[in-house]
Amino acid sequence: MLEVEDVHTRYGHIEALKGVSLEVRRGEIVTIIGANGAGKSTLLMTICGNPRASAGRILFEGEDITELPTYEIVRRGISQAPEGRRIFPRMTVLENLQMGAVPNGGRYFEEDVEQVFELFPRLRERQHQRGGTLSGGEQQMLCIGRALMARPKLLLLDEPSLGLAPMLVRQIFHSIVEINRTRGLTILLVEQNAYQALRIAHRGYVLATGQIVMEGTSAQLLADPEVRAAYLEGGH
Amino acid sequence: MYYFLQQLVNGVTLGAMYGLIAIGYSMVYGIIGMINFAHGEIYMIGAFISIISFLLLGILGITWVPLALLLVLLLAMVFTATYGWTVERLAYRPLRGSFRLAPLISAIGMSIFLQNYVQLLQGANVKPLPPVVTGGWVLGRDGTFTVQISNIQVIIIVLTVLLMTVFSWLIAKTPLGRAQRACEQDLKMAALCGVDVDRTISLTFVMGAALAAVAGLMATLYYGVIDFFIGFLAGIKAFTAAVLGGIGSIPGAMLGGLLLGLVEAFWSGYFSTEYKDVAAFCILVVVLIFLPTGLLGKPEVEKV
Ligand SMILES: Nc1ncnc2c1ncn2[C@@H]1O[C@H](COP(=O)(O)OP(=O)(O)O)[C@@H](O)[C@H]1O
Ligand SMILES: [Mg+2]
Repeated sequence: MLEVEDVHTRYGHIEALKGVSLEVRRGEIVTIIGANGAGKSTLLMTICGNPRASAGRILFEGEDITELPTYEIVRRGISQAPEGRRIFPRMTVLENLQMGAVPNGGRYFEEDVEQVFELFPRLRERQHQRGGTLSGGEQQMLCIGRALMARPKLLLLDEPSLGLAPMLVRQIFHSIVEINRTRGLTILLVEQNAYQALRIAHRGYVLATGQIVMEGTSAQLLADPEVRAAYLEGGH
Repeated sequence: MYYFLQQLVNGVTLGAMYGLIAIGYSMVYGIIGMINFAHGEIYMIGAFISIISFLLLGILGITWVPLALLLVLLLAMVFTATYGWTVERLAYRPLRGSFRLAPLISAIGMSIFLQNYVQLLQGANVKPLPPVVTGGWVLGRDGTFTVQISNIQVIIIVLTVLLMTVFSWLIAKTPLGRAQRACEQDLKMAALCGVDVDRTISLTFVMGAALAAVAGLMATLYYGVIDFFIGFLAGIKAFTAAVLGGIGSIPGAMLGGLLLGLVEAFWSGYFSTEYKDVAAFCILVVVLIFLPTGLLGKPEVEKV
């Protein structure tokens, strides 16, 4: 479904991605783990065309999307719940969800909002509240809900567990699995919380300073001594 | 008391026009964080298009005033909006993503260019428009002093209230308005939601220019004369109004415009007409020093 081929991305003189290749197949949960600053967020944003890859190719459902503007990429079925959640602070929860539905012009709004509220009941209670007044956990739910409103084919999640209490982390990860199982939605999950991510993912890649240094099934990565030493110690 | 009432009427009229122009400054600033210094010139072009439209309609024999007004209004909005759109495409979009001062400098250049362009095309002389709308209403009489509201003033105030209502609804309730607010709050995220950001910015310039065109038409009717330089002062005053209300905030722009109009009218009425512009600029300085976020410029205020 998604093929990233030898992608390089630079910020000025810094090369944040130095030739990354990976693949996500339909129906999978694939995770990218790696330390802070490894280039995980840059990779997800490059898939969405901002910043643009300076070299390499990105294919989505066989189509080369490397040079498309962000909104065109999103309209083809890639939604992102970005790092830091980026909730529109002065819009209500409902309006934030309406923004998520922009790619389909809000055609399925009522139906889809109901599904988001079923997945995250907290959002129903908060629907008329402004995004900026939500708690961190609620914002993360809204962030994922907003991305789902687009009815994406591929969902990109950037550190959904960041800054959340362990209880909430479990809940969010549970929701991610549920979305994947019940809707068959393909998910590319970026995490520093490698243990949790590998527990729910089918496959994983390890990114270090802009390069893929390891890949395999989740079971393989969980069992790998290097991965354990670098990313799993104390990371439960 | 009656004298006061008269200044109030004049002030609200003036404030309506400032408010309409100020919205354009505020919206553009809200989305791309730039002061569009050419916006005053867009207003001036709106005034010129109005006067040319009146002349053309006269030649075509369309002289029934309500129809003529409506047509001129539409023509001015459409053509001026085209100018607004073009300015953004030519002078600002290519500079997006470059250093922060670049579009600002480009805007000043654009402002000078547009002034000279109109001066070359239309000459430097003031252009008069014979009174199109005449008559008015007496609101009260105190001995020899009568409080009047002219029909032009009625039109200006009613039209402004109408436009601002429609406009507020557009921003609050329509997908376009929502996209504009999203761009104002987080440009990058708006794009990730599938918003065509460039198009939204273009439309923001179009809307701001259309409102400025209405103000241009009003000024043409109200003062009866225009020239290529009117955009300078009106632009700075509307900018003052936008800052006073809190730049980035649309209700703020309306409120700031109204307040500035009132200050100017009362200043002229009670002190001296000569220094009314000084009063406006004093406000700008004082607001910038003591209240840089303006009256409604708090983060929780709805902005575009
Ligand atoms: N907007 C930016 N401008 C310049 N450098 C950036 C920017 N964003 C990220 N970087 C740099 O790119 C590298 C990768 O960052 P990032 O993708 O955020 O890593 P991760 O998400 O894995 O923590 C880091 O060295 C970071 O400093
Ligand atoms: Mg990151």
